[in-house]
Formats: sequence, C-alpha cells, structure tokens
Amino acid sequence: MASLSPIRRKQTRFGGGRGGLLQQARLTGPMPWVIAIMVALTVMAAAAGLALDNLADNARAEISGGLTVQVVEGGPAERERQAEVAVALLTNREDIAEVRRVPDAELAALIDPWLGEAAGAGDEAIPIPALIDVRFRGPVTDRRLVELRDALLASVPSARIDAQAGWLAPVFQAIASLQWLAVGLVVLLAATSAAAVWLAARSALGSNRDTIEIVHLLGGTDRQIARLFERSIAVDAVIGGAVGLLLGAGAVILLGRQFAALGSGMVAGGGLDLADWLAVGAIPLAAVAIAMLTARLTVLGALRRML
Amino acid sequence: MSGTEGGIVQFDNVGLRYGTDREVLSDISFTLHPGSFYFLTGASGAGKTSLLRLLYLAQRPSRGMIRMFGTDVITLPRRALPEYRRRLGTVFQDFRLVSHLSAFDNVALPLRVSGVPESGIRKAVADMLEWVGLAHRADARPPTLSGGEQQRVAIARAVIARPEVLVADEPTGNVDPDMALKLLRLFQALNRLGTTVVVATHDVHLLKKVPDSLIMRLDKGRLSDPTGALRYPPRPAARSAEERA
Repeated sequence: MASLSPIRRKQTRFGGGRGGLLQQARLTGPMPWVIAIMVALTVMAAAAGLALDNLADNARAEISGGLTVQVVEGGPAERERQAEVAVALLTNREDIAEVRRVPDAELAALIDPWLGEAAGAGDEAIPIPALIDVRFRGPVTDRRLVELRDALLASVPSARIDAQAGWLAPVFQAIASLQWLAVGLVVLLAATSAAAVWLAARSALGSNRDTIEIVHLLGGTDRQIARLFERSIAVDAVIGGAVGLLLGAGAVILLGRQFAALGSGMVAGGGLDLADWLAVGAIPLAAVAIAMLTARLTVLGALRRML
Repeated sequence: MSGTEGGIVQFDNVGLRYGTDREVLSDISFTLHPGSFYFLTGASGAGKTSLLRLLYLAQRPSRGMIRMFGTDVITLPRRALPEYRRRLGTVFQDFRLVSHLSAFDNVALPLRVSGVPESGIRKAVADMLEWVGLAHRADARPPTLSGGEQQRVAIARAVIARPEVLVADEPTGNVDPDMALKLLRLFQALNRLGTTVVVATHDVHLLKKVPDSLIMRLDKGRLSDPTGALRYPPRPAARSAEERA
C-alpha cells in the first residue's frame, strides 16, 4: 500500500456535535425554543413559590407573638377609661414585650374609606372600639391567650382579645396553597420538558435510523450512539436554558419592581434573596440534566430493540 | 473448543427463517480457517445475503450454533456484540455509506468507533483512499459519487481497521474489470496479512483469479460442500491456511 502524505481537512469527530454523525435538523429546530419557554415558565413559577415562601415567613415572624385587644364600649368616657386600664395592666406584665394603643386619628383614617370622615366625629359618631396592639414574648398559645383574657376581663369587662395569627390563618393557608401550586407547576413543566425531549429524541432516532444501523454494524456501542444524542440535546438545552433564564428572570425582576412599588408591607416581604436567586439560576442546569438523561434513556431504550 | 483452533468462524447446523415463513437457510455447517480466502456463490435468492448477515452479526439464526473467534455468539448478550463486530469488516451490497458524511469521514468511521485518535486516522484514511483511487474525492459526499466510487469507499471503510474477517457482498458488482481486479488484489493482500476473506459473488471469472480460494456454493438455502473442505467439525484432511502456506 502506497505511503502518502496526509490529506488536510476539517475532521469530523465520532460523536461530534453539529455537522457530525447525526443529521440534526430535527433537534436544532424547535427544541431550543421549547426548552427556553419551559425554563422561562419554570423560573417564573419557582420564583413565585420562593417569593410566597419569603412573604409567609416574614408575615409569620411579624405576627407570631402579636394580638389585638379591642375595648368595645359604647360610651366614649367609659371606653377611654377601660382602655387606659388595659394598657396599664398589659404594660406591667412581664410576658408582654410591647404595648401600643392605636391612636384615634389612625383608627379614623382606617375607617375613613368606608364610612367617611363624619363617622368618627361629633355627637352622632359611630362608636369605634379602642384598639391596643400587643406583642407577646414568644408565640401566642391558647393557654397564654386564655390566661391573659381572664386577667384582662377582671378589670376590663369590655375587652376582646384576638390573636393576629388566628385571623390571618386563612391567608397563610391560601399562601401555602399557592406555594403547592407553584411546586406542582414546576414539576409539570419539568415533566413536559422531558416529554418534549423524548419526542425529539424519538424523531431524531427515526431520521437517523440508517446511520445508527451502520454505526452498530461497524461495532458502535449503545453508549456511543446514546452519547451522540445526549451531546446534541445538551447543546439545545444549554441554549434554550440560557434564553429561558433571561426571559424568566427578566419577568420576575419586572414584576418584583412593580410589587415593591405598591408599598405594602406584606407584599414587600415577598422579595427574593441571594439563595433564592441561586436556586432560580440552577433551573437551566436542572433542565440540561433532565434533557440529557431523557435523551439517553430514550435512545438506549430504542437501541435495545436492535440486535 | 477454545480459541480459534477449530476455525475462526464455525457454523453448525444453522437455520434461519424470517417470521413464520419457510427457512431461507437450512442445515448450514462450515468452518472458516484463519487466513483463508472463500468465495460464496449461488443463484440470486439462494440465501447469500442472509448467510452474510449472520456472518457480520446483523442477525441471529433461528437455530444452530455459531462460534466466532472461539466464542458462541448466539448466546452472547447483545452488549458484547460490538467487540466482535469491530473484528469484522463488511462490504454491504448496497454500500450503506452515511450520505451526509464525506468519503473521508465514511472511511474513518470504523476507526473513530474504535476510539483511534484523530492523528492516527488522518494518514491511514488518506492512504486507503489513495489506494482505491479516490484521494481526489475525499471531500465528496456519497450522493455525488458514482456507483463504482461508492463501492470503493465502502471497501475502503471495510478494510481500514484491518479486520480479522472481511465479509464482502458483491464487492465488484459496480466497478469496471480493471478496478474489480485491483480490489481483488487488495483483498488478497489483506488475506496474505492474515485476514480471512469471504466474498459473495455471482461472477465466475472472479473465482479463477484467486486459485487458492475455497468455494462455498449455496443452493436454495443449503450449502453444497462436495470436497468436505468446509466441514464442521473440520476433518483433519481439510485444508487449513497453514497447510496451504
């Protein structure tokens, strides 16, 4: 056999990416965009779940030891007297960290949108209970609440006590439901992404059947062939993941600014911290891993039916 | 039996049927000795391609035993088959080139599958393409090559990795007589290096070009072996490569 100088040309590595052994029109078509959309939606769902978690945590911390004492007394003088007794009694207790009488002006401002300015003024003013915000040292338990109620009612017969955590419980339940909804969405989107990759891999397998058979007959292993598809889908997933992260994170930042502009204390507690952003940033990586694993399992499963 | 003492390939009472049809191959028994040259002949539809498919491990038989390189390949798990396929070289009747790869990359495929580094591939493939007269077509894709050129690329791909057994299905069917002779000389050169060669052909003139060859004739799915040279288990009198040498 003649000895010849090497021919110089671009080399196609076995298992190389585009332009390699696989004809990849099917994979390079809609796949990156499908993954981008899935990642963007997953980022938004995950960010919403994390924001709700932060919001619930902040609100819980704020109201865990909180309770409201109302003095419901029709006569203004008597109401004022009982309120002062209640403040004095509460202030002297060692298990209470903070007592704050809500000023009448603040109360008037609270009811103003519903009842108007005249509601809290003049002889025909609607009787409004005196409100006292109280913060326990430690959480409010039923036993502590009963003990405080007994102590208070002995001196302030018109007093009513409500734990803030109690009347906010339905809100927390709703937040927890929304969090589970976000988790469900993330799981569904991951499953949908995997299904899309499965379909793409099946389709690519079909269009490359002849090539795969040749490689098989030349001694190619299932792993070698599966790696071709894995690499191909990984490229698509990296591109799609990056685009999806940009889109999703952009939407989250925009929404975050709009919510922050509302100026509501409870909503402001729903921002994302560094750890949350790191978790959100890991979503495209998880998408790449899921896509590669799905492609590998799909291809290996299909190859097993060949000799 | 261990190793390849009894032959590099052994078929014993092999039968093959597709689905529930009648057997396309029946009671096939033969031994291929290392370094021997075999022609497989027979009329169209006699079962040559089916027999070759069993030889290059594209098919399992319906019955019987096949040993290759001292191993029973019938009971071998499919994950172990690639290792055996890499020791075979195959020229398919329909070439089976990868249409979107260049001639160079098609020829390089067996080396890449075997994990040969690119630095080692470049010269080997260039030499091989030069030898089959296609160095100037290295970048051409199969659809742009003539039938004869495609066949030469297919042959180059089959022999590039120096297989222990070369199986060729009508390898000279699409080339002119000069090129056919040249390709046959390539097969003989490989044979002299120790490769066992099996060439399926209906060209009787080709048989005369390799005087030391053994002829396997298939007729309606049965192998005729009047000399007993192909018998399995082999008779002591059967010619071996060593004896011929």
